[in-house]
Amino acid sequence: MTPRHTLRLAVLLLAVLHALILFAGFIAPYDFSSQNRDLTFAPPALIHFVDTHGRIHRRPFVYGLRFDALDPTGYKIDPSQIDPLEFLVAGAPYKIAGLFPATRHLFGVRAPSRVFLMGTDAYGRDQFSRFLYGGQISLLAGLLAAAVSLTIAVAVGALAGYYRGWIDEILMRTGELFLALPWLYLLFAVRAVLPLHIAGWQVFLLLVAVMGLLGWARPARLIRGVVLSAKERNFVLAARGFGASDFYLLGRHILPQASGVILTQLALLIPQYVLAEVTLSFLGLGVSEPTPSWGSLLSSLQQYYVLSSYWWMFLPAVLLVPVFLLYYAAANALQERFRSVQL
Amino acid sequence: MRYLSRRLIHAILLLLAISFFSFALLQIAPGDYFDSLRLNPQISSQTVDRIRAQYGLDRPFPVRYALWLGGALRGDLGYSLASNSAVGPLIGIRARNTVLLSGTATALAWLLALPIGIGSAAKRRRTVDRAAELATSALLTVPDLLLFLALLLLAVRTGWFPTGGMTSAANDESSFWGTFTDIAFHLVLPAFGLALAMLPMLVRHVRAAMIEVLEAPFVRAARGHGIPRSRVLFRYALPVASNPLIQLLGFSLATMLSTSVIAEIVLSWPGLGALMVESIFARDLYVVVAIVMLSSVFLVAGNLLADLLLLAADPRIRTE
Repeated sequence: MTPRHTLRLAVLLLAVLHALILFAGFIAPYDFSSQNRDLTFAPPALIHFVDTHGRIHRRPFVYGLRFDALDPTGYKIDPSQIDPLEFLVAGAPYKIAGLFPATRHLFGVRAPSRVFLMGTDAYGRDQFSRFLYGGQISLLAGLLAAAVSLTIAVAVGALAGYYRGWIDEILMRTGELFLALPWLYLLFAVRAVLPLHIAGWQVFLLLVAVMGLLGWARPARLIRGVVLSAKERNFVLAARGFGASDFYLLGRHILPQASGVILTQLALLIPQYVLAEVTLSFLGLGVSEPTPSWGSLLSSLQQYYVLSSYWWMFLPAVLLVPVFLLYYAAANALQERFRSVQL
Repeated sequence: MRYLSRRLIHAILLLLAISFFSFALLQIAPGDYFDSLRLNPQISSQTVDRIRAQYGLDRPFPVRYALWLGGALRGDLGYSLASNSAVGPLIGIRARNTVLLSGTATALAWLLALPIGIGSAAKRRRTVDRAAELATSALLTVPDLLLFLALLLLAVRTGWFPTGGMTSAANDESSFWGTFTDIAFHLVLPAFGLALAMLPMLVRHVRAAMIEVLEAPFVRAARGHGIPRSRVLFRYALPVASNPLIQLLGFSLATMLSTSVIAEIVLSWPGLGALMVESIFARDLYVVVAIVMLSSVFLVAGNLLADLLLLAADPRIRTE
């Protein structure tokens, strides 16, 4: 596969992934906070087409669960109870993309049965639904923080590279300071001065702001490099000769040449910030319960009995691997592609 | 000399910036310890004001900053209210543990990264290179958190490795050799995990630096003179490639410190990162700020060490 094909595939899959997360309310069968205290730590349900008698069902189904003290997970599959999956069922109310109220869900089983594709946690909450909703917090934090960082980086890189002189000197020395900062420690320190229990959206905005403000230095250096070489190009000099203003030159001729670097850095920064949010929430310092994020889904793994008994609690962490893989693949392909364009 | 003085000034500026930031954080924090004294009906507000004045809390911001900085330089980092002791000794032990862990992991990571990186650069686009590329890419996409959790699961399930702490309860403190092997045994899992987390970045940089040198004309000339491959690789190419690698050593320390926070917490290694999270939950702000300061001192010290190494390794810098 050429970089071009890899890039197309990665971007397509990323778009699908983000759409799934954006429409979490529709795809998830349950609300992220609805508890089933009688079904705590239920194992994931497998979707079957063929039952134990070898009969093929037209509609996919899941088996029911019943308590079994002898099984290490505490549950046993009950082959006599068959719950067919139904599609576009009415369920818990939610908002499509956070805007339009709706009640239809992609799939579900008839109550009182439940379907848990990724098992349940200590409160019997559906991990699949929580993973989808959690992605909204984690991915949004990554996207917004990357946008903040790159906005600063473009401004700093353009100013430093275009005007040179003392502006360049000050901005780049400051950038060096930021590059050498122990940034996770600083993030912790900022978190430490705030009250432990503050509203979820406040923590979220704070995380985004701090991560965004701490990470601009590396992209700024790269953008400055592009601006430096771009402003000496003949067509830029010609435009300047015709009397183009600095602002016009930067916006029209110089910064578009940095678009490759900007896109590559975007694809690198987003997973990095998502990971930072995951780490903080894992430690209990991020978004607080009951709102899920990818990090808080994993925090119960800090208890040894959860870690060693309930393997499906690892699933959210395992599912992060393909997410990061897509972002890194996109970053690699972007880098290759724009390198070949410049030569 | 100019080079060294420039690096020193840079290091001092960095420390000053971080100390200012840390102190500003202390000031932003809502209320201080003495505010809670005001709630006590038996203490008059004059008394509280007197104590505040005694600690210099009624002076303006720059004066307090200077006082605090002076104290920090003398090793007086404040008082931990949660553990009721001075911050200095409290974080001293933890700092030693973090240095032990990150030092071992750094050594381990470089010991692994150098042969892999050099090997794949020498056998570029062959099976070895492709395999290394695939392995590092796979490792890169695994979040550090998942890596450490998986290692913890391994320890809990198999019982091959201890699952937390630095020493076992049965450890005899008096025997040096016994303590040494016990700590080494506890160090295996966190250090190996940290090294694995750092490995992909290091291998990629080593490979890239080596390939750049191997494409240089002098390498072809050396080969043309009939100098054996291995000698060209290690005696001719590696010293030339060492400059960017030493710089990378300095930069990788920041990542190492950040990653070690996660390792310390997941694998219960009693280091600075673990103490930091405990202190945040205990609202022990002076400890948090002291840890931020100390970790940046480590970073700056590591970077200076890298600069010194660079001075020793690269003659161009010496003659500058």
